[in-house]
Amino acid sequence: MKRLTALILTFGTCASLYAQDGDAKSFNIDGFIYTVAALSAIGVLCAVILYFVAQKFKVYEDPRIDAVEGVLPGANCGGCGCAGCRAFAETCVKKGDLSTLQCPVGGNAVMSQIADILGVKAATASPRVAVVRCNGSCTARPRTNRYDGAASCAIEAALYGGDTACQYGCLGHGDCVTACLFNAISINPDTGLPEVDDDACTACGACVKACPKRLIELRKKAPKNRKIYVACRNSDKGATARKACNVACIGCSKCLKACPHEAITVENFLAYIDSDKCKLCRKCVTECSTNSIRELNFPPRKVAVSDAATTPEKTAETVTDTI
Amino acid sequence: MLKTFTKGGVHPPENKLSAARAIETAALPTSVFIPLGQHIGAPATPTVKKGDRVKVGSKIGQPAGFVSAGIHSSVSGVVSKLDAAPDSSGYPKPGIFIDVEGDEWEEDIDRTDTLISDFNIDGPAIIAKISNAGIVGMGGATFPTHVKLAPPPNSKAEILLINGVECEPYLTADHRLMLEKSRETVVGIRLLMCALGVTKAAVGIENNKPDAIAAMRKAATDGIEIVPLKVKYPQGGEKQLIKAVTGREVPSGALPIAVGAVVSNVGTAFAVYEAVQKNKPLIERIVTVTGKSLAQPSNFRTRIGTPLSALIVAAGGMPSNTGKIVCGGPMMGRAIASAEMPVTKGTSGILLLDADESTRPQTLNCIRCARCVEACPMSLEPYLLTAVSEKQLWERAENENIMDCIECGSCSFTCPAARPLLDYIRLGKATVGSIIRNRKK
Repeated sequence: MKRLTALILTFGTCASLYAQDGDAKSFNIDGFIYTVAALSAIGVLCAVILYFVAQKFKVYEDPRIDAVEGVLPGANCGGCGCAGCRAFAETCVKKGDLSTLQCPVGGNAVMSQIADILGVKAATASPRVAVVRCNGSCTARPRTNRYDGAASCAIEAALYGGDTACQYGCLGHGDCVTACLFNAISINPDTGLPEVDDDACTACGACVKACPKRLIELRKKAPKNRKIYVACRNSDKGATARKACNVACIGCSKCLKACPHEAITVENFLAYIDSDKCKLCRKCVTECSTNSIRELNFPPRKVAVSDAATTPEKTAETVTDTI
Repeated sequence: MLKTFTKGGVHPPENKLSAARAIETAALPTSVFIPLGQHIGAPATPTVKKGDRVKVGSKIGQPAGFVSAGIHSSVSGVVSKLDAAPDSSGYPKPGIFIDVEGDEWEEDIDRTDTLISDFNIDGPAIIAKISNAGIVGMGGATFPTHVKLAPPPNSKAEILLINGVECEPYLTADHRLMLEKSRETVVGIRLLMCALGVTKAAVGIENNKPDAIAAMRKAATDGIEIVPLKVKYPQGGEKQLIKAVTGREVPSGALPIAVGAVVSNVGTAFAVYEAVQKNKPLIERIVTVTGKSLAQPSNFRTRIGTPLSALIVAAGGMPSNTGKIVCGGPMMGRAIASAEMPVTKGTSGILLLDADESTRPQTLNCIRCARCVEACPMSLEPYLLTAVSEKQLWERAENENIMDCIECGSCSFTCPAARPLLDYIRLGKATVGSIIRNRKK
């Protein structure tokens, strides 16, 4: 474009100079006309050339891509598995089938909008939220040594198991905090553990990838942000795990027996609650002998000691009803 | 003018506290833990089970694949359990626990000190014996020696380089070995030359060990040259040693065999001698136990699997002001979380750093003074690699040749702002390495 402008200016100057040669003394209206005419002619010529060039190298782009990109959140977080929102929009249009695609940030609302644009059906996915599965705070997990290297979980994890006897637990340098684009995770200074702001979390999964200990899981979001999960990833034998941390799961399987919904599995001395099967009945929480199962955002329990056998069932029913 | 490598390098205080102390045989431990993965490559498969009786030298682990090494019992006794326990990697690793009973050796092992200098055996047979004895690189990298001795078919080894540099401060295990076992080591070098089919060998020794140079010169036979080198860290690095001794430069991303060289440690040469001439598998090694506050910095000949704490006790006990226990030397060693870890084939030393020595100074900002660039022996730009690793720009890191880093730590040592340069470069190297491996799949 710069070259073209320079060319036009040169032509224009030449033309006016030529006109001035004819009669240099007075104002030369002819020179002015020549200049304007020459410039216009060049302009028209270029426009024609550019038109044909544009036609020749035309790339057809589906207008729906722009439309789809318009409804996407524009966070470019990569949670969908594509390199940014534009790439996701292209994938949606190219595939024409939304059954395997999901924008975790926009959720079902955005996916149904995309489905409307493309004229297909969107698969509804239940919204998810990041959960940190470690509760080994500074008080629960005694230190056995002191790490003084670079403040990065990935670097510490590459060096050794960590500064407590639990090699599975949170290292607390906040690689997940750095990875989060939505300011949804912060380290609690009292416990030294990361905490997720459920309303800000979009379940993009960046923290899941950043955590070298694989502590963070995307779990199904329940009403009022209620959640029940095993806040432990220690797969050592019970005695070793307990020695390292007061709130470690020792794999005693009591919760497994208590769960009426078959949501709990125990493998390698470690219990796991499947959030898709869990009905939030809270029976496992009372069973847990090491308090490694956490319940969050529930109303306080009204259980009296005398009728402890019957009340939890009632609570379970009421909770299930509300869902 | 003494030879050395040309680019970069630093000269940390030598602190060879135990250089004058002869090698002592450490007392037998009451129980040992022998990890199955003491080498680079696949961990060995155990061939014993709980309750089995083993003798010194009995094979207890079979190599799992070509790049792997066998494991032998270093003591006689009963296998108490097969379980995981932390080793110097900082994580629990599977291994074999043996309760020691007596000291009964396998019959075919020659335990005498008599020198057997003659051998009538061909290359493949030597390699087979080395493989059978579970010998790995004793300098610390623990790469299986039989793999190193079998270069790829399209390349030819011309020269065997023996690493007697011991450029790590504090460590004296190789120094004492060259001094006390020079003739045995030379036989080991000859065996390695025969296995490789080369007629030339050079032993690089830094000039701060004149007694070792003299002893090795006296013992050396035809074709073995002793090359004194100027003291500079990291001269013991494979590529640096090749450059220093032969003047050849190994291209980026290539192995030493690309310039016709194979590098081995003096400790490995000695282990080869014992394996071929004495039928003794790799069950012992020399470990330097040192530290400024330690009562008796010493060199121990110790059984593999001995807890580090036992050696520390034998060297006068853990000083009360110990801040860090380092497995290896101060430059490349790893700080470990507890002394209850076993001596493995790659443990060259245990260093007890005082609390005031071991605390990291406060990290300041990088002012691009480029001291790290000057110090880097691989012509890299450590400050830049650190920055791109910190910002997770892996592609850029790969383009800046992060994979060429030998993790010598010269950059971190020299940084006036005490920045954790190597920590981040290691992280970047690991990540870029896995990206490259995934790409090849």
